[in-house]
Amino acid sequence: MAKSSSSDAQALIRSLRSAYAATPTKLKIIDLYVVYAITTAVIQIVYMGIVGSFPFNSFLSGILSCVGTAVLAVCLRIQVNKENKEFKDLSPERAFADFVLCNLVLHLVIMNFLG
Amino acid sequence: MASRLHEGKRSDPLRHVVQRMVPNHGSIGLRALICALLSICAAASIRPISDAHRSAALDLFVPSGGLFQSLEETYEALRTFQILGVGNFSDIGPATCPVIIDNLTSPASSPKDLFDAIRVNSILECQIGSQTFKDVAEKFQDLIKSTDKLMNFYYSILGLLHVKAQGVSVVLPDAEGVFYSIKALSQNDGRWQYDSNNAESSTCAAGIALEALAGVVSLADIELVQSKIGTIKHDIVKLFDSINSYDDGTLYFEEKHIDGSEYKGPLATTASVVRGASAFAAIVSEKLNIPGDKLVGIAKFLLSVGVPSSTKDLFNQIDSLSHIENNRISIPLILSLPSTVLSLTSKDQLEVEVTTVFGSAAPPLTVNLVRASSSDVKNNPILENQELQFDTEKNVHYLDILPLKIDIGKYTLEFEISLHDPENLNTYATGGHAHSLIFLTGLVKVDKSQIGIYDTDSESSASMLKLDFFKDDKISLVANHLQKLHLSFQLFTPLGNTIKPHQAFLKLRHESKVEHIFALESSSRQYKIILDFLALVEKFYYLSGRYDIELAVGDAAMENSFLHVLGYIDLDLPEPPERASRPPSLSVDPYARFGPKQEISHIFRAPETRPPKELSLAFLAFTLVPLGGFVIGARVLVDGFHFDAQTKATFISHCFLSMSILVSVQLLTLGVNLKSFPSSSVHALFSLLFHAGIAAILLLYVLFWLKLDLFTTLKVLGLIGVFLIFVGHRTLSCLASTSAGKVKTN
Repeated sequence: MAKSSSSDAQALIRSLRSAYAATPTKLKIIDLYVVYAITTAVIQIVYMGIVGSFPFNSFLSGILSCVGTAVLAVCLRIQVNKENKEFKDLSPERAFADFVLCNLVLHLVIMNFLG
Repeated sequence: MASRLHEGKRSDPLRHVVQRMVPNHGSIGLRALICALLSICAAASIRPISDAHRSAALDLFVPSGGLFQSLEETYEALRTFQILGVGNFSDIGPATCPVIIDNLTSPASSPKDLFDAIRVNSILECQIGSQTFKDVAEKFQDLIKSTDKLMNFYYSILGLLHVKAQGVSVVLPDAEGVFYSIKALSQNDGRWQYDSNNAESSTCAAGIALEALAGVVSLADIELVQSKIGTIKHDIVKLFDSINSYDDGTLYFEEKHIDGSEYKGPLATTASVVRGASAFAAIVSEKLNIPGDKLVGIAKFLLSVGVPSSTKDLFNQIDSLSHIENNRISIPLILSLPSTVLSLTSKDQLEVEVTTVFGSAAPPLTVNLVRASSSDVKNNPILENQELQFDTEKNVHYLDILPLKIDIGKYTLEFEISLHDPENLNTYATGGHAHSLIFLTGLVKVDKSQIGIYDTDSESSASMLKLDFFKDDKISLVANHLQKLHLSFQLFTPLGNTIKPHQAFLKLRHESKVEHIFALESSSRQYKIILDFLALVEKFYYLSGRYDIELAVGDAAMENSFLHVLGYIDLDLPEPPERASRPPSLSVDPYARFGPKQEISHIFRAPETRPPKELSLAFLAFTLVPLGGFVIGARVLVDGFHFDAQTKATFISHCFLSMSILVSVQLLTLGVNLKSFPSSSVHALFSLLFHAGIAAILLLYVLFWLKLDLFTTLKVLGLIGVFLIFVGHRTLSCLASTSAGKVKTN
């Protein structure tokens, strides 16, 4: 049974990889960006775990910036993905413009809260 | 005010009372308070100008090396010395004359400087050539022609008068015109303005204007039409109608509008008006219509200042009094008492002096004591209509009060002066009734004094001891908390009446220096106090032991006020319960409270522990690692895309741009637009600007974190944002059109 489960897992992973390879490059870049943002957030959490959360506002602003920009990137991915029927009328440039604007506002708030 | 306390030998009866009442307490404040109260309560006991003023003049006007501080002060000093007949001019003259000559010849001297110099010279009489005087006269004449200010008229006209007195012939051009110009500044209420721009009228200015007008008349030496003089006389009468008065009958002038910088007190204002009125009265042929009572009131006000402590006040007082003394209207006579405290024991007589303000003899007259009433009981007069006899040797009017059987106390006396020769009424002014306050003191007899202890139940005074306050025996008593202490005595005046003294206190002092003071009550004929120890146990802090008994009795009219230690009492009080209040601990040194206090050690909150610097820097590096990973991964992905060299360059520059923006540990940046870059150059420009705009905003954020505040940031953000929106719209619309075209072609 273990063998079949491990081979099932391998088969699953292989099919996931091949399916993922089919996604357009733009979306892959956005996915990579999301991974980057989350990784940075994880590193900040590890740091806080080591040294304690003394300037708590700084910690929160750092985490929030990572998570916020990841969320905005996910929104961008949804809107830009051509297979999404809901956002057919929305041009990808418009979505990108929204992404940039929201990021700028998010970072203004982050800088203010950073202290 | 302080001078009233120095007059006479025993002018302060309370002072020796106070000194005996508070010997060891060092309560200077109490003494000062009582003295101050006495001086406020006393009526204005006015004295004419005396040697006290002369010595004060020599003390106040002290030249340094023959020179005073200014020519104005020099004039004030010299005039005061001249009137009082003191002072040595021999060292002032040589030092001041060069200053005078310098002022008179210098072209930059103001009218005030010239005026001061010329009037000092009229006293000192320096050697000055007549040409200098002629030049000065010319300057004054030019000033008169060109000015319309009251002070300039005053300086020039009076300056010309002084120049004329030196023997130089002086002509006043257009005297009538000058007279009219000065008169034009007068107001309806008798006051004057300083110049036509200044809307406020001033009483000081009225005095100055009257002097100036008198100067015009004497310089011009023409007979001015009587109507003009009549209007000025009318103004003077109106001015004197606006006089103010104090309760004790003194009259003074004051400014109606008080302007902070220019304010002159009542003394200076009154002096100015007196100078002006007497100068004008001297030049008119008939007398001014000012009632003599007003002059007496003004003279009393000037004398009630006492001995002033500033040079200007002393000058104003002496100068105006000399004008009053020598004026043509009427000379006031002042009634004064050399001593306001009379002792029945030493058989003093009531003495009254009537003199002019400078102490010169008055014409033959009689003083009548109209009424003498006690200060406590105002309506019943003790004495009425007693005529005082005149002692020609001592030059005083006196009255023997012993036969009149007046008791000790405080009295208000009312006097009236009647001149023998009715002709003198035109020259002298007596000023109605004069009021004065006197003290009659005497020895007070203490009688029937007894002290004793008795039980609460039995009211019998079986164990009362007789006391004699003036012998040295000390009594000793023993009591416990169930008994009472009884003390009583009677006080009699020299005439046998009972007296209620101002102070009657009993003090009990414990061995540990804790004191308790009780006031004695007075019934119809005697003073007594009953101390019920049962009620007082808690007040005494439950302290048993020996208590010293002291009795203090005092009054302003009592010559033998006393503070006696009667003896001691051994009190036996019960034990204090746990919750009893402790007696106040007496500080060893009452000034110890002013020493340094105990140091306070503050407890601060422990600061938060911070991580070591190396750890923080390590994690800064760690944070940048994912960014590197992202950049490399994006490159790998994009590698499959076709792009030309320009795109590659912009891509790499974008990487560097984003890397350089990252500065802090927790900062993430998004700066890279990895979409396909447009190839056409116009669109390239816009996209470049778009990227520049985003980079600028990110740089602004960094600056915001480093040093800017939110408001500046928002302002700049607004500007860049507008630019970015415009550029971004163009870029993205171009991009959209190209991609739409691509889709169409596809």
